[in-house]
Amino acid sequence: MIPGSFDYHRPQSVSEATAMLADLGEDALIVAGGHSLIPMMKLRMALPEHLIDIQDIADIKSISISGRDVAIGAMVTQADLINSAELQAICPILRETSLQIADPQIRNLGTIGGNVANGDPGNDLPALMQTLDASYILVSNSGTREVKARDFYEAAYFTERSETEILTAIHFTAPPAGHGFSYMKQKRKIGDYATAAAAVIIALKDGTVESASIGLTNVSDTPLYAEQASRLLIGSRLDDATIKSAVEAAKTITDPAEDGRGPKEFRVHLTGVMVERAIRQAIKTAT
Amino acid sequence: MSKMHVKMTVNGKEIEALAEPRTLLIHFLRENQKLTGPHIGCDTGHCGACTIDLDGKSIKSCMTFVGQVAGKSVTTIEGIANPDGTLHALQEAFREHHGLQCGFCTPGMITRAHSLLQENPDPTDEEIRYGISGNLCRCTGYQNIVKAIRAAAQMLNVQEAAE
Ligand SMILES: Cc1cc2nc3c(=O)[nH]c(=O)nc-3n(C[C@H](O)[C@H](O)[C@H](O)COP(=O)(O)OP(=O)(O)OC[C@H]3O[C@@H](n4cnc5c(N)ncnc54)[C@H](O)[C@@H]3O)c2cc1C
Ligand code: FES
Ligand code: FES
Repeated sequence: MIPGSFDYHRPQSVSEATAMLADLGEDALIVAGGHSLIPMMKLRMALPEHLIDIQDIADIKSISISGRDVAIGAMVTQADLINSAELQAICPILRETSLQIADPQIRNLGTIGGNVANGDPGNDLPALMQTLDASYILVSNSGTREVKARDFYEAAYFTERSETEILTAIHFTAPPAGHGFSYMKQKRKIGDYATAAAAVIIALKDGTVESASIGLTNVSDTPLYAEQASRLLIGSRLDDATIKSAVEAAKTITDPAEDGRGPKEFRVHLTGVMVERAIRQAIKTAT
Repeated sequence: MSKMHVKMTVNGKEIEALAEPRTLLIHFLRENQKLTGPHIGCDTGHCGACTIDLDGKSIKSCMTFVGQVAGKSVTTIEGIANPDGTLHALQEAFREHHGLQCGFCTPGMITRAHSLLQENPDPTDEEIRYGISGNLCRCTGYQNIVKAIRAAAQMLNVQEAAE
């Protein structure tokens, strides 16, 4: 399958790229790794006249950590997320989740920025970003703004980002040291999007939950932050009845599509299974 | 939409060519550079038959535009053999251990394994399986592919120790 024709640009700085976006408007699209965009272009579901490749922009490629504050540049690849020992030490769920995205080749080019900006409910990192309460930095010719991952997703492929903005970085505060975490993803094969997946982060003190956060992937037309389910865990000692009520609360906010991954009822059920497994695994990893 | 000028290194040689920006790297390699080792299996990023090495990392060339790799270094299966023309340890091991049946997935498998052994010179079977999880073999000869990669790793490690 051959994509439509376009002109190719490689700006060297964020300001050069945003100037191009301002100038070319909706005729232009950004390309990062291309691993979600190129499939869409092959299907002619995306027909940009201009592609703006942001790979040469040096200041959006690094991970910087100061205390528990983490800033990840948009062009950091999924392989970089896996290989960062610093990130692993402070927020290991990023590595655990990234290892469940696609396969080694795709992760060598696929970026964190592309994964979260794309707006496909199948992407794994958006629900994780909601679980971490991350913010996205959006830059355009007219300035910079910060949007929370929990407010960013509107519907499949519709996000809060305007077409003249570049997502340059992702910021979040890593959960407290010793937190428990898990990303559980059910998929049909390597390289498949989730039938259902759940991210869970909990912080315990003497066996009681001090903070909890649950996110869900691919069980609605956007990623989901399971606020009610998260709240039910807080203050509890994670007894079976509490876990069960959180699982049920998470299931009620889902509205999965019926596709090759199974009927709706199955995917709702599976969401519950993923949430429960992720909570139990998070308990095991908490110290 | 005019053609663009692209420069890159392919199998150690600097090349320059004109190409439409929408040209996929796999088509550029096969049709412009006449390197038909990398194959097109699925055209959707799943099968790994089109795997090549880009600056030391495995990528899928059916999911990449030619412009994205301008200025970089590409290695295909044609660039894996030793400089004197003898087969690379991986190629020898695939032959020796029946790591191929129809051979369609083989260029991608070997190119991927080549990069895997650079990242991890002594992988366990499980690490090999995980490392080649983006490569499908339609003949399903995975047992022997894993065996061949393990044997090549041993051969390369013995060679390295001897040097
Ligand atoms: C075979 C296969 C299997 C896959 N499996 C999974 C999976 O299991 N889980 C998963 O999460 N993903 C999966 N993916 C998708 C992959 O993770 C992509 O890399 C990712 O979704 C997009 O990142 P990218 O860098 O490739 O972005 P691109 O494809 O280049 O861009 C995606 C979209 O985001 C926009 N964009 C990119 N960067 C920016 C930016 N900095 N600012 C503003 N807009 C931007 C682009 O304009 C485009 O619309 C798979 C892909 C393939 C081909
Ligand atoms: S042809 Fe590229 S992955 Fe199948
Ligand atoms: S040997 Fe036939 S596809 Fe692998």
